[in-house]
Amino acid sequence: MDFDLMITSFPKLLGATVITLKLLSASLFFGLFLGLFFAILRLNKNIFINKFAYGYSYVFRGTPLLVQIFIIYFGLGQIEYLRSTVLWVVLKEPYWCAIIAFTLNTGAYTSEILRSAFQTIKPGIIEAGKSLGISNKIIFYKIQIPIAIRQSLPAYGNEIILMMKGTSLASTVTLMDLTGVAKYIISTTFKPIEVFIVAGGIYLFMTFVIHNLIKYLEKKYSFQQ
Amino acid sequence: MELLAFGKTGWGDELFYATLMTVAVSVTAMIVGFLFALIFTPLKLSKYKTLNFVGNFYTTVIRGVPELLVIYLLFFGGSGAIMYVASIFGYYEYIEINAFITGAVAIGIISGAYSTEVFRGAIQSIDKGQFEAAKVLGISKFVQFYKIILPQMLRLAIPNLSNVWQITLKDTSLISVTGLVEIMRQSYIAAGSTRDPLFFYSFAAVLYLLLTYISMKLINKLEVKYSRGY
Repeated sequence: MDFDLMITSFPKLLGATVITLKLLSASLFFGLFLGLFFAILRLNKNIFINKFAYGYSYVFRGTPLLVQIFIIYFGLGQIEYLRSTVLWVVLKEPYWCAIIAFTLNTGAYTSEILRSAFQTIKPGIIEAGKSLGISNKIIFYKIQIPIAIRQSLPAYGNEIILMMKGTSLASTVTLMDLTGVAKYIISTTFKPIEVFIVAGGIYLFMTFVIHNLIKYLEKKYSFQQ
Repeated sequence: MELLAFGKTGWGDELFYATLMTVAVSVTAMIVGFLFALIFTPLKLSKYKTLNFVGNFYTTVIRGVPELLVIYLLFFGGSGAIMYVASIFGYYEYIEINAFITGAVAIGIISGAYSTEVFRGAIQSIDKGQFEAAKVLGISKFVQFYKIILPQMLRLAIPNLSNVWQITLKDTSLISVTGLVEIMRQSYIAAGSTRDPLFFYSFAAVLYLLLTYISMKLINKLEVKYSRGY
């Protein structure tokens, strides 16, 4: 055991954690909206809209995240037309490519989580709202969404942890996130175990925090209140 | 389409073999994972706190740390660890483990953690009376497990194991970083030499979709088989 290496690499890895957290929070933020949007499309009665939303979630859940990042980072740059548009400002940066890929990926999983949450809402609740003369829009925003959030918290907590682990793939497109820096230190010092303990410890700590945060929220929004 | 031709002119045959490699690694990793689950599920269900701790430590660490980090640990540390063990037995030559074994073991350790959780959940949801009834009838522990617990457990475990299989299948794309030529690595090579990454990575995505689709169909059949009588 090389404890000196563990101590000296800790600040470097902690610095890289900032990038991991930035990637995670940005993709979760955009992914939540995307997921909500597609969950609503899934509930649409029009079969084409419905199928389109299903296709989106099927493709992004059925392929590895690595393929998705590579298509966006290496693949889209190949289209000449894209290079001349404003989009190129975003797509030439690996940072934004990673966020786009993560957003699309987590959006697909989130849409499934939210859809099943919407479907478990008892029709009686919606009917009760209607018979009280509440408009459809308010039923949706004030009744359906809060119940759906409550229902989907445990599953969404898992998704956050999965996404946190997913951000490690950003290191494959040259980003120096926690895993990227860990790999760099391992390949220069050839001390994989020491670096794994420190980097893994940081990841576990984040998992622990997220896990407890979700537990707290679950309690706060539970039906008992 | 020329790009996908078989033979020397295209990448069709290479990608075909790469797909077989992905399937081979996934199946091996799944089996390695079952072996890990076989060790750690009893630990998690054990009466003893220390054994419980060991089981929980494994599943918590592996499920809380990115897959890529586990792969790097084994890729850079695997042969070192084996050489260390070998040196105890007096063997000091350089040992290199091939990429297939490194990959299958790395992904196996990960899928094992998920399988352990699935088996633990399945065993715990079997009614206590079943164990007691078997005991009262004087059935040996071995027969009790194979004839009474296992068949009931499988029915409950298969839907969740199918999720583990999907995760494992997708995780194998990560071992392309170690140089094993599976779908992802082959697409990377093809994309590099033809300068057509968009096509090859999209094609890789199609191959993965195909694999997940076919395995879903097969697993559904298994599910029907094991839930007959319900």
